[in-house]
Amino acid sequence: MAISGISRIALVGNPNCGKTALFNQLTGSRQKVANYAGVTVERKEGRFTAPSGRVFKLLDLPGAYSLEATSPDEVVTRDICLGRIPGEELPDLIVCVADATNLRLHLRFVLEVKRLGRPMVLALNMMDAARKRGITINREELQRQLGMDVIETVAIKHDGAKNLVAHIDRMEVPEVHAVTDQSDADLHTQVLAILASAVTMPRTTAAVDDAIDRWALHSVFGLMILAAVMFFIFQAVFSWAEPLMDGISTGVTVTGQWFASALPDGLLRSLIVDGLFAGLGAVLVFLPQILILFLFILVLEESGYLPRAAFLLDRMMFKAGLTGRSFIPLLSSFACAIPGIMATRSIQDPRDRLTTILVAPLMTCSARLPVYTLLIAAFIPNTTVWNFFNLQGIVLFVLYVAGVASALAVAWFIKRMRQDKSEHALLMELPSYRLPSPLNIAIGLWERAYIFMRRVTTIILSLTVLLWFLSTFPAPPEGATLPAIEYSLAGMVGRFMEPIFAPIGFNWQICIALIPGLAAREVAVAALGTVYAMAGSEDAVAAQLGPVIAAQWSLATALALLAWYVFAPQCLSTLAVIRRETNSWRVVAISTSYLFGLAYLAAFLTYHIAKAIS
Amino acid sequence: MNLSELPPFTSAVIDQVTNVESDDPIAKRLRELGFVFGEPVRIVARGPIGADPLLVQIGFTRFALRRSEAQRVSIHLDS
Repeated sequence: MAISGISRIALVGNPNCGKTALFNQLTGSRQKVANYAGVTVERKEGRFTAPSGRVFKLLDLPGAYSLEATSPDEVVTRDICLGRIPGEELPDLIVCVADATNLRLHLRFVLEVKRLGRPMVLALNMMDAARKRGITINREELQRQLGMDVIETVAIKHDGAKNLVAHIDRMEVPEVHAVTDQSDADLHTQVLAILASAVTMPRTTAAVDDAIDRWALHSVFGLMILAAVMFFIFQAVFSWAEPLMDGISTGVTVTGQWFASALPDGLLRSLIVDGLFAGLGAVLVFLPQILILFLFILVLEESGYLPRAAFLLDRMMFKAGLTGRSFIPLLSSFACAIPGIMATRSIQDPRDRLTTILVAPLMTCSARLPVYTLLIAAFIPNTTVWNFFNLQGIVLFVLYVAGVASALAVAWFIKRMRQDKSEHALLMELPSYRLPSPLNIAIGLWERAYIFMRRVTTIILSLTVLLWFLSTFPAPPEGATLPAIEYSLAGMVGRFMEPIFAPIGFNWQICIALIPGLAAREVAVAALGTVYAMAGSEDAVAAQLGPVIAAQWSLATALALLAWYVFAPQCLSTLAVIRRETNSWRVVAISTSYLFGLAYLAAFLTYHIAKAIS
Repeated sequence: MNLSELPPFTSAVIDQVTNVESDDPIAKRLRELGFVFGEPVRIVARGPIGADPLLVQIGFTRFALRRSEAQRVSIHLDS
């Protein structure tokens, strides 16, 4: 009932205006993330309660430079504001967010939203940064010129959105301005006039940005800083996570042993100890590494460094058939290809976007980390080389580099094959540097941990139990001499697959693990945990899997499996998201077959070269 | 001259953005981002390889543009 007041609010604004930080500040953890019906744009909704007790629904719309949409994100933003999307209610109030230090660009968008003729207010965000830079804004004058209420906010400060909440709480639906039509040049002239009368700015840029960028974007030092940052992240992922991982694996082992001693010997005990604890423990242990990697990505994103990295790498990526913009989706793919592929929505050019989607699965996602860490810990000595570097860390780094190098090679190949050679655009804003806000980082990390735990407790749990079932039944015949798993369904499937994978050095246990690995790569580790626990070595719960495979596999097999996992398209969720994002089964078929081909080839070469050398 | 020919840290003023084809989305977006007549611009950094892309300061904002994009922007030196 829009006449009696305001209940549905939409947040709009340019990219980098601090809109999402404001959304987090207002709604805290009460957020619901989904997709808009029929399109692949993220829909973030939350609610907040004003001091009066009124509850408001808040929708965070995708950032847009213009309502003359050039990307699916911008189309959604425009259509929501106009109530054109079926099933989405028209917002009672639009809160347009503008960065107080970047008003010349952002006010233009404010004026563009205003001419939609919808009730709106302006949240003048990052007022703290503006004051620090000596920018003075005459709020009354700005209100008068824009013809709308202007409220100052500091989205990254604890009560920085208090004014906005209080204002919305007591305001009536503002009067709607007549829809006007102005050209781009008219809008700019109007923006300049408003700035001249309401804003004074001592200098156009932040001195600190200029100082940092002199080094961060330097032709030589910039690239060195980028390489150092990346290398540091990978070392940290490996060494910082260790004590946490030890803690988790001890906890799982102890709980598993308690169940083992408390339950009578039988099928139920086997299900809980061999199925649940061996399987889940092996996956859960990697939560710290995934969170540390995400922590770094979130900090780099929040601080404004990521677009700098994209700037430094654009030329190289462009030569390889990508764009600097691909850097952010590809970096996200290091955590998981699914958010990475979804992040390609910010690439306007459809061909750049398609290439990025095709190579994103080559980035080493965190689901591969369990496999890598298991094999590296079991087969690569934990020694220090050159007094500083950890050999295991170096191997991990090499695996990541192999993924990146093959992605560049594949992208280059696609570029060569393509008929259409017309121009792609970069056109990327480099935002001001900002200190990352702990609240935003915490909310981001919580989202990742939640997604991971949900996968562990749903898909991974059910697959682990299914695998336990396959490897337990049928039971071995009377007087059987071999371990029970050899007689089971899983054993039969593994034996059936073995001839196909024997040339690349995989035994039948690995073949079994590859099947549930299709649903989620990290399940392969859980599956190995279950398979080996079933194969007689009762102690092989979670963390003890390493020594067992180290004793049973050759180094060549382990290296071949590592090489396989650099490429293997073993992730149904990734293929599903490719299908959804491209709306094409052809692209899915192409990705699946080229990744399988490369995986087989790489594992074959690695296996035979390693065998020849050792 | 056009923006891709501007030496770093030299002030210039935009004349116009030219469409290279009849409906040029890149030129349109440039105008929306504030590349319009009379705006002062400066190159503040260049990419490490082949001096591409260019980092352009316009108003209070910095945009990374590839050379081919910058060629659409005709400028004259600020005297």
